[in-house]
Amino acid sequence: MTKNFAAEIGDTAKLLADDPIWLVLIKVVGIFAFLVVMTLFMINWERKVVARMQHRPGPNRVGPNGWLQSLADGLKLAFKEDIRPVLADKWVFFLAPVISCIPAFLAFSVIPLAGKVSMFGQETSLQLVDLPVGVLVVLACSSLGVYGIVLSGWASGSPYPLLGALRSAAQVISYEIAMGLSIVAVIMFTGSMSTGDIVNAQANMLGGVVPGWFGLLLFPSFVIYVVSMVGETNRAPFDLPEAESELVGGFHTEYSSLKFALFFLAEYVNMVTVSALATTLFLGGYRAPWSGEFMNTGWWGLLWFIAKTLLFLFLFIWLRGTLPRLRYDQFMKLGWKVLVPTSLVWIMAVAVIRTGALKDMSNAQKLIALGVVVGLVLLLSFLLPDKKVTDTKGVPLAGSGFPLPPLDLAVPKSAPKRKVKVANIPAANTAKAVTTGKEAE
Amino acid sequence: MSLLVQFLAQQPEPVQQVVDKVTTGEAIAFWVLGPLALAGALGMLFARNAVHSALWLVVTMLSLGVLYMIQQAPFLGFVQIIVYTGAIMMLFLFVLMMVGRDSSDSVVEVIRGQRLAAALLGIGFAVLMVGSVARALTSVQPKGLVEANTTNGGNVGNIGTKLFTDYLFPFELTSALLIVAALGAMILAFVGRDGKPARKTQKELVEERFQDGTRVGSIPGPGVFATANSVATPALLPDGSVSEESLFELIEATDSSVLSDDVAEVAGTGHQPDPHALKGSES
Repeated sequence: MTKNFAAEIGDTAKLLADDPIWLVLIKVVGIFAFLVVMTLFMINWERKVVARMQHRPGPNRVGPNGWLQSLADGLKLAFKEDIRPVLADKWVFFLAPVISCIPAFLAFSVIPLAGKVSMFGQETSLQLVDLPVGVLVVLACSSLGVYGIVLSGWASGSPYPLLGALRSAAQVISYEIAMGLSIVAVIMFTGSMSTGDIVNAQANMLGGVVPGWFGLLLFPSFVIYVVSMVGETNRAPFDLPEAESELVGGFHTEYSSLKFALFFLAEYVNMVTVSALATTLFLGGYRAPWSGEFMNTGWWGLLWFIAKTLLFLFLFIWLRGTLPRLRYDQFMKLGWKVLVPTSLVWIMAVAVIRTGALKDMSNAQKLIALGVVVGLVLLLSFLLPDKKVTDTKGVPLAGSGFPLPPLDLAVPKSAPKRKVKVANIPAANTAKAVTTGKEAE
Repeated sequence: MSLLVQFLAQQPEPVQQVVDKVTTGEAIAFWVLGPLALAGALGMLFARNAVHSALWLVVTMLSLGVLYMIQQAPFLGFVQIIVYTGAIMMLFLFVLMMVGRDSSDSVVEVIRGQRLAAALLGIGFAVLMVGSVARALTSVQPKGLVEANTTNGGNVGNIGTKLFTDYLFPFELTSALLIVAALGAMILAFVGRDGKPARKTQKELVEERFQDGTRVGSIPGPGVFATANSVATPALLPDGSVSEESLFELIEATDSSVLSDDVAEVAGTGHQPDPHALKGSES
């Protein structure tokens, strides 16, 4: 039982335990700056990439190549008029953006940005804290962040924001379950919930070639996490709480100026955080994709970490540029009927593998067990209802699924053009009749 | 200045040296969080608005969660935040918002003897609380969690072991209770649909609508060959005959003598107003 668990206090936690306070302060400021800069970068990058996907240039005026556009937008937002609707609940309306912003930043404190580095002569790890329950911190912060959205919708005192808030509450609760379940498999493999330990557990290579990332070992968990992280951050195609074509702006319809900027900031910081957690849990965190010693030491980790995080952030943009928004019932069906049951079955499978039930068996027994499993799957597949026969009485289709004209269709000749009869006016007369306006010269 | 430098350069005490007694930091945290939790509880009781009440309760739950973390139970603290503040209070808010934002406490008592029952139960609960707190303060020996947090898989591992060995039966009993509650809620919610056939899908509805041969589009209007665009004017088919579909039932069923005045007025053949009249209707 106990051998499954890593050392009670992980190596990273030991390294972080003797950080002096000035170093902690530097890290806090560093993380804050990193997240704000990532937000500014992300907004610009998103606009540029989506623009490229739609064959247009995107922002290209402010700064070199338009890269300062989001900075200019942020400054402009700060000078906008701060409006509070008459029907709004004064205090809750003010608190909501703050509540949505603080947990977004807080969650990043447990993310390991790099391994062992030396800062100003002090050996430390590039991570603020390494709690024994690190992964839960991110989940707790995301569940607190929803309060910002829900309260803003309620406090605005108008129907569209309220609808957005209701959608958001239901959405985040359902997708948090799927997210938590997808993390469970990783925790079972690592035997620890500390993010530092999880990264260290992915250090060894599979067969010396493929990195031992949980994204490959626990692929179903990885897929479920990626889907639910998009749902959790209210991004397209799951952006139902702020669906601009249905709810105007959703929960932030009534917000302006810096309060709106805080919501914007929180959304992008949340995206960075869930991407960073995906990197940590499933893509080996700050470890290089190969097993070189040099590339895996010191500040190099920061490079790999940022590269992997940007990969996930690009996925967010790509999804937004590609997929249409899901309908609400489809979205809920995906969460409760696909993601949650799949994770539960997968966790059971991982538990069977991890408890070593397969270790004591001989090869023959393993084969018999495999046969039984396959037989069960086959039996279950017979129980599935057949797909409905498609209606043959519909519009006749010519092969490819699109309603096409028949191949032997004779295109009717176009009607002969009428000859325009021009009056036969003598040339001498026309010169007098039509003036060009240049006769005077 | 040197004090600041000293403060910045100080290092936290090594984890192993944490002993089973209240440190200064823990005491400070308690005296901050304790009043906060109490204020949250009082605020919940006295807030007029239901959503404000719920928010005050969130403050209390968060304070308790942080207190757990400080008292060497990080797992319990975060689970408190995730489950209670994250899920349960969110459901509360969800329901409150569905009810409406102006819903406040109702002062009308509908249950007979409500006050008496509430007072009795309240006193009983207070006695229980005082009893347990008194016992905790006198006879229970405080035992820190250092041993539980450092041996045998740490905090989470020990909780898991206890839950699935010593406390397996209460654990399963609780889960059974929750499942029964969830099933009961579902049955109550679906009671209105009892016996009715399942809802048709959009596709089935569309096919059904087209199958009985009735016209689903709009009825033809007067059309290009008609002499007027009044509803009384029938549409003409290309061969000049009247399209039956365009006939307005009400007008067709009306006796022509009833409409003769209107026809005459539209045609301009009826009684005309006197040229000297100020208004047409007065003549």
